[in-house]
Amino acid sequence: MAEGPVPEQGKVAKIAFAILAACVLAACTQPVNSPYSAAESGGSVLYSAFGERPKHLDPARSYSENEYVFLGNIYEPPLQYHYLKRPYELEPQTAAGMPTVRYFDAAGRELPVDADSARIALSEYEIRIKPGIRYQPHPCFARDAAGKPRYIPMRPEELAGIDNFLDFTETGSRELTADDYVYQIRRLAHPRVQSPILGLMSDYIVGLKDLAKVLAEAAKAQSKEAYLDINAFDFEGAYVVDRHTYRVRLKGKYPQFVYWLAMPFFAPVPEEAERFYRQPGMAAKNFSLDWQPVGTGAYYLAENEPNRVMRLERNPHYREDFYPAEGAPGDREAGLLADAGKRLPMVDRVVYSLEKEDVPYWNKFLQGYYDASGITSDSFDQAIRMNADGEPDLTPDMRERGIQLATAARPTLSYMGFNMLDPVVGGLSEPARKLRQALSIAIDYEEFISIFLNGRGLVGQGPIPPGIFGYREGIEGVNPVVFRTDCADRDSRSRGNDGGCQRFKRRPLEDARRLLAEAGYPNGRDARTGQPLTLYFDTAASGPEAKSRMDWFRKQFAKLDIQLVVRATDYNRFQDKMRKGSAQIFEWGWNADYPDPENFLFLLYGPHRKVGTGGENAANYQNPRFDRLFERMKDMDNSPERQAVIDRMVHLVREDAPWLFAFHPKSFGLRHGWVKNVKPNLMSHNLLKYRRVDPAARATYQAKWNRPVLWPVAVTAAVLAGMIWPAVAAYRRRQKATAHA
Amino acid sequence: MLNYIVRRLLYAIPILLGVNLLTFALFFMVNTPDDMARIHLGAKHVTEEAIQGWKREHGYDKPLFFNAGVEGAAKVGDTLFVEKSLKLFVLDFGPADDGRDIAREIKTRMWPSLAIALPTFLVGLLAYISFALLLVFFRGTRLDTAGVILCVALMSISGLFYVIAGQYVMGKLWHWFPISGYQPGLDAWKFLLMPVLVSLVAGIGDSARFYRALFIEEIGKDYVRTARAKGLSELRVLFRHVLGNAMIPILTGVVVVIPRLFLGSLIIESFFGIPGLGSYTIDAIQAQDFAIVRSMVFLGSLLYIAGLVLTDISYTLVDPRVRLE
Amino acid sequence: MSFKPVLLWSDALILLLLAVVAAGVWLLRHNETFRAPLRQVLASRMGSATALILAVYVGIGLLDSLHYVERLPDEPGKAAQYSGEVKSALDKLLSPLRENVEKTYSAPFATHLYAKETMTGPDGREVRDYPRLKHGGAHLADPDQEFWPDVLKRGGLGVLGGMVCWTLLILPLWQRGRTHSALAWTLLCILVVTGLLVALAPHYHVLGTDKVGQDVLYLSLKSVRTGLLIGTLTTLVVLPLAIGLGIAAGYFGGRVDDVIQYLYTTLNSIPGVLLIAAAVLVVQVQIEAHPELFDTAAARADMRLLALCGILGLTGWTGLARLLRAETLKLRELEFVQAARAFGVSRMRILARHLLPNVMHLVLITVVIDFSGLVLAEAVLSYVGVGVDPAMISFGNMINGARLELAREPVVWWQLVAAFLFMFVLVLAANLFADQVRDALDPKARGRA
Repeated sequence: MAEGPVPEQGKVAKIAFAILAACVLAACTQPVNSPYSAAESGGSVLYSAFGERPKHLDPARSYSENEYVFLGNIYEPPLQYHYLKRPYELEPQTAAGMPTVRYFDAAGRELPVDADSARIALSEYEIRIKPGIRYQPHPCFARDAAGKPRYIPMRPEELAGIDNFLDFTETGSRELTADDYVYQIRRLAHPRVQSPILGLMSDYIVGLKDLAKVLAEAAKAQSKEAYLDINAFDFEGAYVVDRHTYRVRLKGKYPQFVYWLAMPFFAPVPEEAERFYRQPGMAAKNFSLDWQPVGTGAYYLAENEPNRVMRLERNPHYREDFYPAEGAPGDREAGLLADAGKRLPMVDRVVYSLEKEDVPYWNKFLQGYYDASGITSDSFDQAIRMNADGEPDLTPDMRERGIQLATAARPTLSYMGFNMLDPVVGGLSEPARKLRQALSIAIDYEEFISIFLNGRGLVGQGPIPPGIFGYREGIEGVNPVVFRTDCADRDSRSRGNDGGCQRFKRRPLEDARRLLAEAGYPNGRDARTGQPLTLYFDTAASGPEAKSRMDWFRKQFAKLDIQLVVRATDYNRFQDKMRKGSAQIFEWGWNADYPDPENFLFLLYGPHRKVGTGGENAANYQNPRFDRLFERMKDMDNSPERQAVIDRMVHLVREDAPWLFAFHPKSFGLRHGWVKNVKPNLMSHNLLKYRRVDPAARATYQAKWNRPVLWPVAVTAAVLAGMIWPAVAAYRRRQKATAHA
Repeated sequence: MLNYIVRRLLYAIPILLGVNLLTFALFFMVNTPDDMARIHLGAKHVTEEAIQGWKREHGYDKPLFFNAGVEGAAKVGDTLFVEKSLKLFVLDFGPADDGRDIAREIKTRMWPSLAIALPTFLVGLLAYISFALLLVFFRGTRLDTAGVILCVALMSISGLFYVIAGQYVMGKLWHWFPISGYQPGLDAWKFLLMPVLVSLVAGIGDSARFYRALFIEEIGKDYVRTARAKGLSELRVLFRHVLGNAMIPILTGVVVVIPRLFLGSLIIESFFGIPGLGSYTIDAIQAQDFAIVRSMVFLGSLLYIAGLVLTDISYTLVDPRVRLE
Repeated sequence: MSFKPVLLWSDALILLLLAVVAAGVWLLRHNETFRAPLRQVLASRMGSATALILAVYVGIGLLDSLHYVERLPDEPGKAAQYSGEVKSALDKLLSPLRENVEKTYSAPFATHLYAKETMTGPDGREVRDYPRLKHGGAHLADPDQEFWPDVLKRGGLGVLGGMVCWTLLILPLWQRGRTHSALAWTLLCILVVTGLLVALAPHYHVLGTDKVGQDVLYLSLKSVRTGLLIGTLTTLVVLPLAIGLGIAAGYFGGRVDDVIQYLYTTLNSIPGVLLIAAAVLVVQVQIEAHPELFDTAAARADMRLLALCGILGLTGWTGLARLLRAETLKLRELEFVQAARAFGVSRMRILARHLLPNVMHLVLITVVIDFSGLVLAEAVLSYVGVGVDPAMISFGNMINGARLELAREPVVWWQLVAAFLFMFVLVLAANLFADQVRDALDPKARGRA
């Protein structure tokens, strides 16, 4: 280095100048209440927030919505959902085409595609990926002049000098290969990874269970620090055919598997990453796949400081990917196809700030510092009003700000469950069923939706939410146990405008009382003993919102003269009760993993019940007829036959009423006018690459909305002076008095 | 004196041991390792093998206090309690249950906490004592009555309300400060001003009233009358004699909290989105991350003991009559 | 009998507390050292006025502590059965307020809901408008025209009633010259407000309704008992521990000091919220483990409240104890204590006669500040999720709920204001009253006066 050291003084002056310049610049370019530093703002940037720090960013381990917000944009599984088309449709992402499947019987003979599912012993999926896809820049790929990995292995003293991830100054990249996909499938069995779907996938992927067992033994045998080479063990479940092709072998037939191929669990992870991060000393410095992902997606995680901010930057090696050219009807009119064919991604940087409370989030959104926001029940009236047709619409205030609204039905069901093992409300006997039916009628979820969700929900009619095959629209989807279709009646909940018989309303309370009497509790009292009926509601919810909800539930049960005792407890205790089956009535919900009815109906499948097997059937519902139908339905393709089977299953569940189908929430999203190409897509997580922003418009609005109000400063000063004056006067008086005395 | 300090420091060991015993007993009564595993593994598709795997990975697969499965001293030694708590004594906090290094987290989060707690503490102490002295100076007048009523009014408002109102008025209506958030370095001031102001206002009622009561108590004593009889000015009496003699109760309340300033404030930090140790603790409680809670409790105890020793030393400095035996 | 009394655990403790206070008064009725200050307090303007206000609060709290279950209509040939819902005498008094539940928010004195709804008009068309309330102002045919005359008429009657009561009460006292103006004015205020509420509350929601349409006035009145209980029962746990251990540690020093210091340092060194959170969770687990002991919602909430008081007490005594220890350290070096020791006065006597009275003012100040602090702490604990039972009506739960309401636009302010007002009056009265007690009890202050 030829340059000598800069004299100390000069350095100080330089820094001082830089600071001054930064302050002046900051004062000029952004309002004083901006939560971003001057360096962070401006440019093609999206601003968003996260409510709690993501626990896991390892794609084999992460299984929650708030982590997928990041992971979906960093990792690329072979498949994705089409951004615009509805109903949700799978399309290739890194794959060259949709996977092909071949079926084999127990003897290993190949079967035709339409073979009876009972004969299929093995299915083999083949996935070809596009060549030439490259990973983000990452130190695990860095190589020295001799072509050897730069940081693998790493001397402890060298690692000791590195404190920040950015201190790994050298990075590299390489092409994505089929090996990386197979490696990730093996990682599901890695004992240190603890993948949450290992149990589920072990039932399907050939040999995964054995691999997990062997790996666990091997891990126990070696020291904790040692590297566990998972490629060194036999595994039949997935293998590489050539550089860009791999196959996955499943037991039996599992048509839902293609949906899993769109989830981060099946995204590629390079072996170099494992080798790099599993070196001794790395984890203690927070260098791990759980913290610094390595992906091929449109963005990479440039800064991960989950106490404050997470910053995604455009991946410079991102493959050729283009905005879709076709969408659902109406998308073109909505301007969603204006960017058709353009190279993705369109935004350079995405800044996520930590924001735990709803109130500041909402206020910052209104100040223009966040680009998009949901709507809480408390901000609803400010943002939304119903127009003359009863459709949600923005208030004039929001309109004036150029804010846009997008709504979508969520593939989610919230339900109130009855523990079918409970002696009072459970069981398939006629009286118990009637008791549950009576409650289904009495608990007026239309009122619940209007009070607690501001109408942002659809009353549940069955276990399958809208947008998923098997759901029935309108009058033919109405649950006859709870609702009455009555064309003559005017006070209706439905707004069928084709003039047909589209109206239905909740059955009157008398029906519920009659059912209750038939169940053995006339007027809410046990017909045998005369004792008043008391039911128990178990919940882990706490806080003010929960309190008013519990008050409301009590009111609903009281309509039938039933006393409801709310047993509020913490999450652990609640889970424990659910597992032991000692709960009586509870609230529960399910978000679709993938848009298939199997993902909802399996929640009522007897062999999956919670008590004993630890499955997801929280109500412990077990009806052999339902179970037989489920086994038939799950392997069927979407067809009228499948619909018929589903209809029979739904009918059974409505009659037995193990659940009270509460509601399907609707998602309401607001965004500022400067964000383009927003269409709610509740299955995809790689949405950032489609977004576009207009930074100039944002800067103008931010300046306009954030002029500081200065008169209170003057008023405060005046008030302080007003308070000090009498004090001074009194002090003078006293001084005089003592002087005279 | 030195003897005393050494004794107190040795004495810290049983206290910290007691603290550890209590936290372990309480937390494991609430949360068995199985519960912890379930929380960290999420809600969907959790199997028994996954739970056992998690426990093994995080070292929760041993008995709590007594291991009947092994021989000799290991019966007590090879247990969760010994394994997890002894390391704390050499300040080896280990990784949190979510795998991240706690010591590292503490090192980075300590600064934002201090940035709020220290100005709040110093400015607060100065402001509250001055205000209290002012009230005492005007005792018996309407100013005093008005001041006391103001104090009582301020202290009967929930702290949460100050935070909500401060954010609403200064942040939302007047656009003075960012509503929440934090930036390290030079930009920090604009994020710190509002939480500091809010905490100052929230604390004034309680503290000023308490100090006023102490001073009023002192002012009735004979030496004050003597001082006054000597012809000393009222201000001099207040500052020299009253303040000096009220020092012991003031110090008792004040010195002990100084080391704990590092830990920050739970409510303020989580409301204003300050990435300090207070919000770290709240998050850990909500996520039931026992490793973090255990470390924070231990650290809190340690700093508290340091505060106690400081307090006793400060007594001898302000009042020679106090003997440390 | 159409009802059966129910004695909750907290009711029993209140009765115990009352009995202790009564016994104390009975025993000390001839003791001049206590009678004189007490008389002085009650004779002062501030003391009598605040005592009256506190008495009203205590009265509300006591009424709310007389619990019972109603008897269900008999069915022939079966044993009498009682409702599972535990009510209190206050509930019975306030039954119009308790039963007049609306659908959701409504402003004070509103006749319409606070949010618009889609309704089917008389002509069959759907319109979006503010619906009429089911109870608030429901007797008015045309609210626009009749609202003010009706409110003024009822309000006027209420004020008149209050003044009549006041006159009837105050006249005999005045004749005997046993009262003075501050007390009289306070009584007038209380009676007029009561009169107004009695006249208006059954017909309007005077303080509005909350998210699920419950009357906020009813919630505020019910919160009084919770607040008083947390303040008093916690203090009951704190006092003996703090005074006994604090003074003993300061006076005896040595081994005793070590053990006591070890106890309170260990407890105190654990950050408070963490300790309380853990302890509350443990109690909750115990309640879950024995559901058969807590068969009604009221019993569960009650047990949780008591546990909270106990925990706050067990964790809260350390601060006062430390303060007392430091003060005792100072006092024991003073001449009069040294002299008493030199004269061979017994230790217990020195503690009780010389030290205790000299630290009593610290105890009182701390207790009063703690009283309001405890009531307020409950809101913070609710925020962390370890406060009183979510089903329990309390100031904390009200304020915590109001947190979200302030973010609404237009803002829902009445629940916060109601909780604030009721709490403010309570704390202010308690503080001012305690100031009087302090002035009266403090030996030095008495000498000066």
